[in-house]
Amino acid sequence: MKKIISICILLLAPVVVQASSEKSCGEIDCYKANIDLDNKASLQRGAKLFVNYCMGCHSAEFMSYERMAKDLGLDNEIVLKNLVFSNGKIGDYMTIAMPADDAKSWFGVPPPDLSLVARSRGIDWLYTYLKTFYADDSRPFGVNNLAFSDVGMPHALQALEGMKQAVYKTVKDEHSGDTTRVFESFETISQGSMSAAKFDQAVLDLVNFLEYTGEPAKLVRYSIGVKVILFLIILLIPAYLMKKEFWKDVH
Amino acid sequence: MSKFMEWVDARFPATKMWKEHLSEYYAPKNFNFWYFFGSLALLILVLQIVTGIFLTMNYKPDAELAFASVEYIMRDVEWGWLIRYLHSTGASAFFVVVYLHMFRGLMYGSYKKPRELVWIFGMLIYVALMAEAFMGYLLPWGQMSYWGAQVIISLFGTIPFGLGDPIAEWIRGDFVIADATLNRFFAFHVIAVPLILLMLVVAHIIALHEVGSNNPDGVDIKKNKSADGIPKDGIPFHPYYTVKDIVGVIVFLIFFAIVLFFIPDLWGWFLEKDNFVPADPLKTPAHIVPLWYFTPFYAILRAVPPMLNSQFPGVAAMGLAIVFLFLVPWLDRSPVRSIRYRGGIYKFALAVFVVSFLFLGWLGTQPAGGIYLTLSQIFSILYFAFFILMPWFTSIDKTKPVPERVTDK
Repeated sequence: MKKIISICILLLAPVVVQASSEKSCGEIDCYKANIDLDNKASLQRGAKLFVNYCMGCHSAEFMSYERMAKDLGLDNEIVLKNLVFSNGKIGDYMTIAMPADDAKSWFGVPPPDLSLVARSRGIDWLYTYLKTFYADDSRPFGVNNLAFSDVGMPHALQALEGMKQAVYKTVKDEHSGDTTRVFESFETISQGSMSAAKFDQAVLDLVNFLEYTGEPAKLVRYSIGVKVILFLIILLIPAYLMKKEFWKDVH
Repeated sequence: MSKFMEWVDARFPATKMWKEHLSEYYAPKNFNFWYFFGSLALLILVLQIVTGIFLTMNYKPDAELAFASVEYIMRDVEWGWLIRYLHSTGASAFFVVVYLHMFRGLMYGSYKKPRELVWIFGMLIYVALMAEAFMGYLLPWGQMSYWGAQVIISLFGTIPFGLGDPIAEWIRGDFVIADATLNRFFAFHVIAVPLILLMLVVAHIIALHEVGSNNPDGVDIKKNKSADGIPKDGIPFHPYYTVKDIVGVIVFLIFFAIVLFFIPDLWGWFLEKDNFVPADPLKTPAHIVPLWYFTPFYAILRAVPPMLNSQFPGVAAMGLAIVFLFLVPWLDRSPVRSIRYRGGIYKFALAVFVVSFLFLGWLGTQPAGGIYLTLSQIFSILYFAFFILMPWFTSIDKTKPVPERVTDK
């Protein structure tokens, strides 16, 4: 048995590692989104940003306002007054009025529902995507994105962030002599209403909120899990002692 | 109580069955770690059925509603997320446990005479389980559900003689995966296959209890009986193995809970990222990857190059990879059962087989091409070599003498 295991380990050792030059977020590697789901204030700010800046075009159709109010520790009245813009009811789902056909003709593709975007894209991608809009006159909305090249979406947070320009450098491959354009840095063209640090926090809040809408159960499942596992560990003690007691006479 | 049991026993063999299968079923006393996985598989079967029943109460088998109904369960059904994660984690755990259970069989020769039918029933369970898992994965109606099913069912389209397309169409009930497919997969997943599974599990256990359990030494405990006809190395399954299996169950549940509560998607291995996007028949994902428990066979499928403009050879190889497992009881010519008394050749061959299977599993998740393709081909050959060469290497392998009685290791 031990022999088998050691042979297995030996044979598994030279696992081929994927040598990939692909970046994890389009033209660059993803930034790390340091969000904190336990931070209720951040989630509340994220919700506010979401209904104000995203819900013009994007829905979160699997999420109800009531559920959100409860999970984010908000009163129903406050949510109705500040976050529900139509004559909606608290039990409504976070849908939008934009007809999909119109949306398609305006943006090329209908803006996707964002309920689960954090689960399909991942928070690091979302964070990077929202932070890397830059001016590009060749695009219909005058902006392009490092994480999502030629995206059909305008820079929805432009009023907050302002506009920036992408600075590229040319890199020459030593072996082939080919040159490629590589993103170097951003330069601010115009100021928004927020400072860079404030905007960064706003994007984190928004990503935090999207992580929450992706899986509301995430707010509770960790703490339940700890309790369940503790219970099982305690249960293991009498179970083991019982086994030992019964097996005393087996030789 | 005894009066009541007398009344029952006169009409139904309750006590007789209890004795036959539990309190007077004598199992070898030297079961080790590897013998937990049979009872764990049974536990997960029950878990899947119970959670499945509760999921069915809110799930809607309709292409327009399926995806949203799963999200409804995840958000708005009380404890729905727990039930759903129990079911999705349970599916993967089922395969983990079953693979370890099968490995145990290969290691200790549990398929050898007189347990061939135990092995055959077990293999049928494995095949039914794959069908169950495959059809269940379509139900959330995400992108990977849809395109995974599209790829797997189109495999039937490779069947030659003009039969392929009609068969694939017949399975789907449409020209592509569609509402009709979802409905019939739902029917199969919630009733047809579970019934078959349950019947096969009963057959597996009846066959096992007819011939008795094997053990890590591969010793036949029925050869050494005491005066009252009880195997000297046997102990009643109940209470000895029931109390032992309870410990195993709790340890298993701890690991299960860690995944369930902290990493239910297991970084994309148990729940794929793309499956959080609703199925879109017009948008093919860049990588279509089946769930991990199918990937070894998927890698074999892709390793075989098309012949005569047909992908059928790959599909046939994939089928053969499973058929060969059925044949193991007759391919193995060794006079001993357990790996403990086999020679180095079998130990080496089994290790190569296990490594090939694991590597194929990983390769099945990678894009097919270049080095991955070459590796898939190498490991596929090794996978098949294990079976094809088995009659030869098991008969020339030097074995050690098997003891009369079980050992204490």
